[in-house]
Amino acid sequence: MPRLNPEIDHLFRRAGFGVSAAEATSFGDMSPAAAVDHLVNYEGRPDDVDARIGRPDHAQVKSRDLFAPDIDIEDARQRWLFRMIHSRRPLQEKMAMFWHNHFATAYSKLIADSGPVQAAKMFAHKPGVLRGPQGQLELFRAYALGNYRDLLLEISQDPAMVIWLDGKTNTRAKPQENFGREIMELFTVGVGHYTESDVYAAARVFTGWNLRKSTGYTREDMNAYQEFVYNADQHDINAKTFSFPIYGNGTQTIPARSESAGMQDGIDLITALALHPETARRLARKFWNFFVSEIHAPDPAFVESTANVYLQSGTEIRPVVRHILASPWFNDPAMRFARYSWPAEYVARSIKEVGWQGFSLDQARTPLANMGMLLFEPPNVGGWPMAANWFSTGTMLARSNFAATLVTSQKESLAVALETNGGSAQLLLTTMLDRVTPAPLDSAPQQALMSYLLAGGAWSGSAEQLSTRAAGLARLLVSSAEYQLV
Amino acid sequence: MDISRRLFIRNGVATVTLGLAAPDFLTAIAGAQGMASRRLVVIYLGGGNDSLNTLVSYQDPSYYSRRPSIAVPAGQVLQVGTDAAGHALGLHPRMGGLQNIFNEGRLALVQRAGYQNSSRSHFEATDIYGTANPQTSSGSGWLGRYLDTLPRPLDALTAWNTSGETPRALLSGTTGVPAIPNATTYTYASPNRGPAATQERAAAQAMASNLAAGRPHLSFVNSTSRGAIETLDRVAQATSYAPSVAYPNNGFGLALRTVAGAIVLGVGSRVFWVQTGGYDTHSQQGAAGGAYGNLMGTLSDGVAAFYTDTRNQGVANDTTVIVYSEFGRRISENGSGGTDHGAAGLMMVLGGMVRGGLYGTAATLAPGHPSLENNSGDIRFETDFRSVYARVLDQWLGVNSVPILGGDFRAGAPAFF
Repeated sequence: MPRLNPEIDHLFRRAGFGVSAAEATSFGDMSPAAAVDHLVNYEGRPDDVDARIGRPDHAQVKSRDLFAPDIDIEDARQRWLFRMIHSRRPLQEKMAMFWHNHFATAYSKLIADSGPVQAAKMFAHKPGVLRGPQGQLELFRAYALGNYRDLLLEISQDPAMVIWLDGKTNTRAKPQENFGREIMELFTVGVGHYTESDVYAAARVFTGWNLRKSTGYTREDMNAYQEFVYNADQHDINAKTFSFPIYGNGTQTIPARSESAGMQDGIDLITALALHPETARRLARKFWNFFVSEIHAPDPAFVESTANVYLQSGTEIRPVVRHILASPWFNDPAMRFARYSWPAEYVARSIKEVGWQGFSLDQARTPLANMGMLLFEPPNVGGWPMAANWFSTGTMLARSNFAATLVTSQKESLAVALETNGGSAQLLLTTMLDRVTPAPLDSAPQQALMSYLLAGGAWSGSAEQLSTRAAGLARLLVSSAEYQLV
Repeated sequence: MDISRRLFIRNGVATVTLGLAAPDFLTAIAGAQGMASRRLVVIYLGGGNDSLNTLVSYQDPSYYSRRPSIAVPAGQVLQVGTDAAGHALGLHPRMGGLQNIFNEGRLALVQRAGYQNSSRSHFEATDIYGTANPQTSSGSGWLGRYLDTLPRPLDALTAWNTSGETPRALLSGTTGVPAIPNATTYTYASPNRGPAATQERAAAQAMASNLAAGRPHLSFVNSTSRGAIETLDRVAQATSYAPSVAYPNNGFGLALRTVAGAIVLGVGSRVFWVQTGGYDTHSQQGAAGGAYGNLMGTLSDGVAAFYTDTRNQGVANDTTVIVYSEFGRRISENGSGGTDHGAAGLMMVLGGMVRGGLYGTAATLAPGHPSLENNSGDIRFETDFRSVYARVLDQWLGVNSVPILGGDFRAGAPAFF
């Protein structure tokens, strides 16, 4: 099976989670422009991935009891990994992962507030399955390439976020700064573009943005829920002045409003922040690192052009991502393998490439935690430490040992798939490199791999030799430094 | 020293020190091993510790009026005396273990540590404590620059990070620090057994040794892979450690137990990084009990077990621990029964050679007092945190702090050594 052309491979590594053997066959003759269309205009294909959970020709899930991904966090993690691997809309899952990091919210704090069932539901509830609002991840999937201002407004009312940044206790008498600070520092303009007094003003803007419990609420009832409510009598009705314009006419003050009309304060601030040119630039820089390169500093021309697309489209993300994927920066061959894979990307891609026959995604949970990326558990509101920070001896060892676990499960199927290519050690290596795709290998590591293949004695191509060495080879490739780059 | 000799001495000493006083000659041998290098253990409290509830100025009426629901009652604090400005002080009631170390004269409490224009952002402030430069939150860290001064070639385990991520403090131009969040899973698995597995590990090591000319990012990932493979065997050795005390069964306690094991078994690491989180107490932090009480209990119980263990094992005099967080918290409690991000905070230094006591002065919490800032909302710093680093670098690690810290911060340093 030949690899796709390098442009398409690059595109699917960045805007998806790589390409499985079956997908390589069907995408083989796609042009780069058609591939961008395929990825960006995903609504043309059904969001049917969840319906395929449990099929024997897909990766498996395993639950302590009934698989309940809407209310059990371990099951929700498996469902998300399953989607990354098997979705027909890989960019949707990729962007959901981007937003999960951007609006980093952690399950552990939600448990303390609401118990495990409600906490998992606040992340993973698929709309309509149970009563109550959709989970935060479903919000990110719905807005994966949606309007950023609208997403910001939604996330500000998202129950998980309200609990996470202490909105429940943000009252008129005692404004709570946590959300007011982070919406500026992390979600929009970034440090240096707001003042401490802006933080205090923003805290007052969001006074009264709270949650209410469903009738008869109990933590254990899967149909119970908390939902957003604006508590007018807890809202600070005084005017709030910022160091930057809130309105199109340059006015920096949100006017004093009645309690009942006071929710508009937050909507005005969110709109102003979404439209702020520094938000546009900050998102452009984050997208540079996410899609283009973590090795090269963001090109100022890229930042400006991307920020312009964002602002001119009225904060729509789809045209922004399309602009990036079709841009000369993205398609510069120097940008290939110029990103460090996130652990979830690494796990999903390695499963897609090595195989999943009989592999349970449950086996990826602990390794992902050891690699430093437990889904729904970012270390803090700033998200995961990116780029080179993913790598230390401990996390690299966790990646390496996950490769061993995965390959062990695929030992037989690899041997079967490769049995016609076992004529020589060189042929085995070449064939494996069509399936498992690290960044280009220098001659020294290639030599180390050849030595490994021949270390047990001259190549005979026996079934035993092929099975042993193909497995060892796959593990060495998936755990190589070259494979950690995307 | 070769491994077999070290193992012999270790077994000999450990057997005797469990319960009985070690014969002098064995203690001397154990001590001689430690002379080669002193160890520094850095404990980072992630999230911004509410120092005012760690070390309580329990006679300050504003402490109680500004913290109506979270103040620790005066009757419950663990008294540690009066500072130079006459503030009566007490540790949080869950810190009995640390009070014992204080009473032995081996715990230094450095009040109001910080810097001008303290950052209220977790990320920026953490990075500033890491770089030791309030002007920049990027670049290498102070411990990384210390490691860079050590003679090459540097052993791969010269520093040991017990958390999964590399903190900025340990970042360096030329020294990679292994991250070993769980020593017991720090092993190399394989889909095969026997010679094929051994050959696979050798091939992985050979691949990771590739210089990857022209691809520094690839070289970097290779270095983490190589560092892992090269340290596997010695880390496995540390997991066999039998401590002399029971450590609390939580992540923090177990990390300290591993550190003690590495020290006692002579793995050779000089700097250890341990971190524990949950200090971002915006809501419902509690007073004597509750969430903050649990944080204090975890901290104090873990550190006390570590201190006692290292003392029992005869290595306390070679071991210094420093404890800090990225900022203190606001003086007045918020509407959620918690505290928001503030400014100056408490640093702690302890160990067998530390001159314990109260350093610096507590703030006076009445609005308008010059020990406060930000409209009297926060604590103004008194001791530059870099002077604490300087004292540790100069007096404990025996290097010149000036180039490492990018300036001379010795003046006004608390004299805990």
